[in-house]
Amino acid sequence: MPPKITCSELYKIFGTEPERALALLKNGRDKDAIYAETGQVVGVESVSFKVDQGEIFVVMGLSGSGKSTLVRMLNGLIEPTAGEILIDDIDVASCTKEELRAVRRDKIAMVFQHFALFPHKTVAENVAFGLKIKGTSVAERRERALAALDQVGLSARADSYPDELSGGMQQRVGLARGLATDPEILLMDEPFSALDPLIRRDMQAELLELQQKLKKTIVFITHDLHEALILGSRIAIMRNGRFVQTGTAEEIVGTPADDYVSAFTGDIDRSRVFRASSIAVEPATIALSASASDAVHRMEDLGLDALHVMDGERLAGILTYRDATKAIREGEGALQGVLCRDFPSASPDDHLHDLYPMAQSGLPIALSDSHGRFTGVVPPRAVFAKLAGAV
Amino acid sequence: MDWISPSDFLSIPFDDWVNAFVKDWLVPNFRPFFRAIQWPVVQVLDGLEYVLEATPMLLFTGALTAIAWRTAGRGVGLFTAASLLFIDLIGLWSETMTTLAMVVTAVLFCVLIGVPLGIAAARSDLFEKIQRPVLDVMQTIPSFVYLVPIVMLFGVGVVPGIIATIIFALPPIIRLTNLGIRNVRSDLTEAASSFGATPWQALVEVEFPLAMRTIMAGLNQTLMLALSMVVIAALIGGGGLGLTVFTGLGRLDVGNATAGGVGIVLLAIILDRISQALGEKKSVRTVSLASTLRSFFAPARSKEPDARERAA
Repeated sequence: MPPKITCSELYKIFGTEPERALALLKNGRDKDAIYAETGQVVGVESVSFKVDQGEIFVVMGLSGSGKSTLVRMLNGLIEPTAGEILIDDIDVASCTKEELRAVRRDKIAMVFQHFALFPHKTVAENVAFGLKIKGTSVAERRERALAALDQVGLSARADSYPDELSGGMQQRVGLARGLATDPEILLMDEPFSALDPLIRRDMQAELLELQQKLKKTIVFITHDLHEALILGSRIAIMRNGRFVQTGTAEEIVGTPADDYVSAFTGDIDRSRVFRASSIAVEPATIALSASASDAVHRMEDLGLDALHVMDGERLAGILTYRDATKAIREGEGALQGVLCRDFPSASPDDHLHDLYPMAQSGLPIALSDSHGRFTGVVPPRAVFAKLAGAV
Repeated sequence: MDWISPSDFLSIPFDDWVNAFVKDWLVPNFRPFFRAIQWPVVQVLDGLEYVLEATPMLLFTGALTAIAWRTAGRGVGLFTAASLLFIDLIGLWSETMTTLAMVVTAVLFCVLIGVPLGIAAARSDLFEKIQRPVLDVMQTIPSFVYLVPIVMLFGVGVVPGIIATIIFALPPIIRLTNLGIRNVRSDLTEAASSFGATPWQALVEVEFPLAMRTIMAGLNQTLMLALSMVVIAALIGGGGLGLTVFTGLGRLDVGNATAGGVGIVLLAIILDRISQALGEKKSVRTVSLASTLRSFFAPARSKEPDARERAA
């Protein structure tokens, strides 16, 4: 499937003679020199990326990094100085005003940092705004607005005015307004930055939940790396108008591209970024039909304290060295009676944070995927090694 | 020894130039044109005057009192009833209705001309720049100065008086429409266009409703200026309360002049309170008095934010 959004070599220069500044920039001059010489401000410089259908692409940067400019170029609110922006197969950067309006009406919706709700319209009228612009009939507008409000749990407040709602509720309305036209792409410009931390966390969870159902293509702007790591399928770190690194949460935190990125990732809770699969190793197993002494030999060979016991394809339990030697002493040959069936297990997609309670037992944690297949084990020590950044 | 002055060597016959321009060029060439643009004013004025004269005093008083009560509250309602009763008792009812018809006609045309011009100024920095000095001149030039050419072009009568009133009262509604639309939060207009709104849709759906309160403040100012012109309009044949004051002045009849003046003041207070209350009612967003005043004096604030700000 081709990417939903493809940006190549995007530039935005603010000022009266952007072409001159662009030429200087392409000749390798830096932004401060260009500003001193021409008075032109470089907003975005040489940015290229692709966003796939159904992905949440997060652009993280501090204020002044050009992230708001970038997201506004995607729906043509700001016209790029140079470069190409393909939404499906329409180049937003060069199409006519009429084509651009059609793209905005049908394909892209935007959610704003300060909600940007129309104070003179009711919640339902706000949500129906995009539909009204498209010329949808009054009855259908109302119906679809209520459906969108229902998705964010606010249908009861349809006839309130925005200023009667709390900040979190207002942004839900903003989100509903974006969803009402059923766009394929949602642009979110720091949508949760103006909210209280607790509300923000709720909204992030709610967005992820909605996304499970809706599978929109989302470009999400934030200045908060935590938020980026929670939400992003992929994350781009932006600085001074450029992308310094693009990758998954694990790639950004695991292998920061430079000091700038590692300054951000330093205080990140790594246990909520890395998943069990990142530290999984090949499981050491033994068949249920084997004898206790076979098991003891195998553990001694491998230098392990425990083995996972397989009943054919199925994971039957775990056998510890102590239990195995005890069984031999007591003359119990079969594994059936001595293996521990209450063993720690997790999903490969679980975060390390979720493994803490299991790691306490000291036993290797079995990873089973959604089909119940046994894919690997996490040695408890590896959890802490990963957190310490040693792996 | 006298100081040498440049006028010893050169004098500019400015008055002759203006005379030549108006008398020999403007009047002969454009008189039919100016006569023609009177037509809509005459229609509206005649219609309004007919209705107001035909409405019984008590019915009109009841209606205006009801409007004042509903929009501005009980106090203004009672004040309206008492004022109109007083005007009737001092024998100036008919004059008051004539004045009201003139003022409403002038304000109506001010709105029809001023609101579109204000919107145009809000949309285009260039247009605003061109318009600004014209409005400055309109507001500072004494109205007596343009009464003469108006009489030459339009003749004498009520309608030329209304035209002079329109010129005098037009600037505030243009300025405040411009200000109101420029002050609409930029993220709201951005939101409108991000959903694919055309400039017209953005204006009708978002900008105009949000600018309404400021525009109503402009309407109120225009209304007050129009009322203040009624005496001057009487100089060139406008009737009504202005004529009462004017004839009182001519005959040194202090009583009559005062009666006319009181009539104008009472009418002004009623219209001011009602139009202000309308502005308050439609309000969704406030523009502070300070920023309103600033906009009259300060150079236009550029609509484009500073380049550095945008980059953020």
